[in-house]
Amino acid sequence: MHRIGDTPGTRRLLIGLAVLLAALFLLLPLVAIFAQAFAEGVTTFWANLSDEYTLAAIGLTLFVALLTIPVNLVFGVFLAWLVTRFAFPGRRLLQTLIDIPFAVSPVVAGLVYLLLYGRNGWIGGWLDSHDIQLMFAWPGIVMVTLFVTCPFVARELIPLMQAQGAREEEAAVTLGASGWTVFRRVTLPNIRWALLYGVILTNARAVGEFGAVSVVSGSIRGETNTLPLHVELLYQDYNTVGAFTAASLLALIALLTLAAKAGLEWRAARRETAA
Amino acid sequence: MPFFTFLRRSVVATATAATLAGGIASPAMAADRELLNSSYDIARELFATINPKFVDWWQASHDQSVEVKQSHGGSSKQARAILQGLKADVVTYNQVTDVNVLADAGLVAEDWQQQFPNNASPYFSTTAFLVREGNPRHIESWDDLVADDVDIVFPNPKTSGNGRYTYLAAWAYADQKFDGDEAKIRDFMKRFLGNVKVFDTGGRGATTTFVERNIGDVLISFESEVNNISQEYGSDEYDVVVPPVSILAEFPVAVVEEYAERNGNRELAHDYLDYLYTEEAQRLLAGFNYRVNDETVKAEFADRFPDTQLLRVEDVFGSWEQVMDTHFASGGVLDQLQRR
Repeated sequence: MHRIGDTPGTRRLLIGLAVLLAALFLLLPLVAIFAQAFAEGVTTFWANLSDEYTLAAIGLTLFVALLTIPVNLVFGVFLAWLVTRFAFPGRRLLQTLIDIPFAVSPVVAGLVYLLLYGRNGWIGGWLDSHDIQLMFAWPGIVMVTLFVTCPFVARELIPLMQAQGAREEEAAVTLGASGWTVFRRVTLPNIRWALLYGVILTNARAVGEFGAVSVVSGSIRGETNTLPLHVELLYQDYNTVGAFTAASLLALIALLTLAAKAGLEWRAARRETAA
Repeated sequence: MPFFTFLRRSVVATATAATLAGGIASPAMAADRELLNSSYDIARELFATINPKFVDWWQASHDQSVEVKQSHGGSSKQARAILQGLKADVVTYNQVTDVNVLADAGLVAEDWQQQFPNNASPYFSTTAFLVREGNPRHIESWDDLVADDVDIVFPNPKTSGNGRYTYLAAWAYADQKFDGDEAKIRDFMKRFLGNVKVFDTGGRGATTTFVERNIGDVLISFESEVNNISQEYGSDEYDVVVPPVSILAEFPVAVVEEYAERNGNRELAHDYLDYLYTEEAQRLLAGFNYRVNDETVKAEFADRFPDTQLLRVEDVFGSWEQVMDTHFASGGVLDQLQRR
């Protein structure tokens, strides 16, 4: 029996179309980035890469990502546990609140932080009088990156933990396990792959964030200029090859992230069939 | 438990990377002093050239190492960041209005334009045209831009200071030509704006439109920019035309007194800006196609900068405040002219 449209011809057409679109919209730009980066040869690429300010941008970007991930990891697990294991008034509201960073434009997020912690802001005035510099310095960049990436871990965990339910944990408790043991021996092993997946998404976003960071960075070269900002700066400067060199680094990080994700999925699938 | 082994390894790798990253992020060698210059977006290479010379000069005269840090961005955004607490010691902008914003907030001295020579503008430029090779449309002056079939590209005056200068230059030219007859000026401006093919938000976008998308007969921008573009994309493809009458575009500098004081950089900040007026710095500036006032350097670069009558915004329009209110505010003259 055939479903409507399910003929070999249609199938081939649809598959061909999907492949063509993917090549055109996804693969081609990626190829173009690397082609542009190497447009003036490997020597120029290397010179652009080892530029003092490019190195500083790479360092800052990784630094921000590495601070963001552990914080959001803990926060995400905590939040997901709270939402899926306990019934309390405002639980639904909390679940909606988690999504705010997804709903709000990153630029707006940056501006809000600026309005709060900037010199004329509610908290910023006090900070300024105590010579504490959050905005236009790396702490500000970390703060907004935390904000835009905070839903990723929780969003990965909540559906999974909801589906799994609390039965195994309750069993562990009746057998006399302490809260920490339950978490470590029961909850964590159940959610580990989703957790890593959340971390990978968090990392990808933290490394690539432009809008929010751009507002609070102050773009001081060598100090608060992240890699995405550096790409724009070089492009504005008519240094196209330099811009694409920096962009190719971002693309490389993205590809590594995707590879890690694919590796994880493969491992998870293998374990499932083994089990 | 392989998962935890995996996790532990990841944590160790992460920590190592973090240490490495921290090492890269912090400067290898700290200088005795640090100065932060907040500047406009396309001045990166300019100050990358000037700053090392200043550092040498300061080292020689004060026996102290200085690191000049640069922040670049659209100059209105830059001014806003300073208002919000970016602790820059000096500003080097391409818009007088953006320094005025800081003066209004009390961060920059009220009389900042009197603190350094030439209205605190160490270098200046004007609005010029980039046309396609051989100038096929014979564009020599503003009059040629209002012909029926000429397509113009320049950034939107609403969003770009560069575009604002172009608009004001055209108006100032018409004002001179029609001896202040406002009806005739408006008619001229209507035709001028009517010929605009694409209004990009900034100078970089307008350049892309003209050069890479191949749209328009003429790109209007700062003379310095137009020269840079022609050098970057090949002077055999484009010609630079400087109209006989145009507007004076100042590049104002100022010390952000409050922050310089707090950073203990008052003298350093003043000396840095003074340095921009030295013959050495002026020569570097001229090399980047900016016009300068130093007589020796002027003579050296005479063939690069054609004689042009440069009209001052303040002389034609009153103050910048008036210009912004009358022309660029919502419902102002620009909006009226674009209504069809």
